[in-house]
Amino acid sequence: MNAVITFVDVVKRFGSQVVLDKVNVEFSRGKTTVIAGGSGQGKSVSLKLILGLMQPDSGQILVDGVDISRLGRKKLNQVRSQFGVLFQGGALLDSMTVWENVALPLTERTTFARDEVERRVAQALVQFDLVGHELKFPAQLSGGMQKRVGLARALMLQPSIMLFDEPTTGLDPQITMDIYRLFFKTQKELGYSSIIVSHDIPKVFNLADEVIILSNGSMLKFYSPEDIQHSTDPEVMEFASKTMGQVYHSSVEMMAV
Amino acid sequence: MIHAFLQKSGASVLYHIQDWGRMGLFLIAAGRGCFSRPFRFREMVRQVRLIGLNSLPLIIFIGFFTGMVLGLQGYYTLRRVGSESILGMLVALSLIKELGPVLTALMVTGRAGSAMCAELGIMRHSEQFDALECMAIDPFRYLISPKFLATLISVPLLTLIFNVVGIFGGYVSGVILLEVNPGAYMNGIVSGVTSADINLGIKKSYAFALLVVWICAGRGYFVHAIKNGGFGAEGVSRVTTQAVVYTSIAILLWDYMLTAVLI
Repeated sequence: MNAVITFVDVVKRFGSQVVLDKVNVEFSRGKTTVIAGGSGQGKSVSLKLILGLMQPDSGQILVDGVDISRLGRKKLNQVRSQFGVLFQGGALLDSMTVWENVALPLTERTTFARDEVERRVAQALVQFDLVGHELKFPAQLSGGMQKRVGLARALMLQPSIMLFDEPTTGLDPQITMDIYRLFFKTQKELGYSSIIVSHDIPKVFNLADEVIILSNGSMLKFYSPEDIQHSTDPEVMEFASKTMGQVYHSSVEMMAV
Repeated sequence: MIHAFLQKSGASVLYHIQDWGRMGLFLIAAGRGCFSRPFRFREMVRQVRLIGLNSLPLIIFIGFFTGMVLGLQGYYTLRRVGSESILGMLVALSLIKELGPVLTALMVTGRAGSAMCAELGIMRHSEQFDALECMAIDPFRYLISPKFLATLISVPLLTLIFNVVGIFGGYVSGVILLEVNPGAYMNGIVSGVTSADINLGIKKSYAFALLVVWICAGRGYFVHAIKNGGFGAEGVSRVTTQAVVYTSIAILLWDYMLTAVLI
């Protein structure tokens, strides 16, 4: 099966507003798919539907062929165990230290002995350049550092699917590059499929194998930024005219990563 | 105009049905979380410290002065009918059956309940509950249920301390300051307070503990879904105020109903 996640006739409404209207789309296994679109077009809603944090009004969301929109909590948790998520603000538990946040998936979801947990957390802290910050609380960290802790935590159980919700929002260009560097490195090591929701259009398109553009309740899939520029859909054309000019300039910068 | 009125009324009724349903399911999930493994004993102890131990100075202060005022008021009222000797009974029964459970619960609502609501509201806004769910960690077992257990342990114990300190406060104002016979004061307590009175006080304190944690934690957890709640710091502060007001009203309503049923 080539698709890791499939939307089948997915409809999601909020009151009279239709966010997703009979959407059919596939997210390819082992690839990086970027979901882009204007604000309020349903980017974060799509991510929440994939994670089972929201249910569609109708249609199916298949993760490895399993419809998660109809699953009970136990089975949904089994599906979720293959996900890693980097939230927009990091979503670190603020009553816990960096060490405890990174260790959380291991202490809660595995039966590893304390020594093994300590070994793996120490390894992750080195990999994500967090040594010396173990005992700090999230409120004491910069935005970039919070994202690194969030990424370390998301990757602790070696997920097969990684979801990134606006991974570089609010970060300065240098830290944005650091986050992308970590993304490249970990994806190469772990080989996960990734879905990135972002409005950091110039840079994030250079990471993408596939691009999905949300427009008026539908998802339009493209295989390269050039495909987007050649689209005849008026919404996509408008989107392209606003954003695509910068893509090729940023690609030079991304090559350096 | 009629159509708009009906639409608004219908939406309001539906919202309240939904809200009660949410809160009902929240209570069931929190109850289930108390019995799910692995138990978070350490987190529960931490919550007992936050909810119980940290409220202790306030409870002692309020309890002592409530007892003193009861002693003072009771003394001058009873002196009119020449019954100062039953001052101990009056102070003890007032505290054990009514004031102890009610005032303790109101104090815990203001101090720990509001903090609980704000904490959970901020966690909701910063997607910490979503993060837990995505890691396949049940937020009820992990976060909410330890708060439920800790409140159910702390409030009855604080009520007990409130009562003891309050009786001592009554002793200070009645016996030491107004010279009521100490033997009569103590004898009034021993002869006047029955196990049924103590049982009523205990039942009330458990019921109020449940109300405090249910409403405060529930409003915080559902901060995003509450009408007039909304997002951001203002939304959290509004819902926290709402939680404290609702809990206080619920405590006083339940106090009357429990007294009417159990007396």
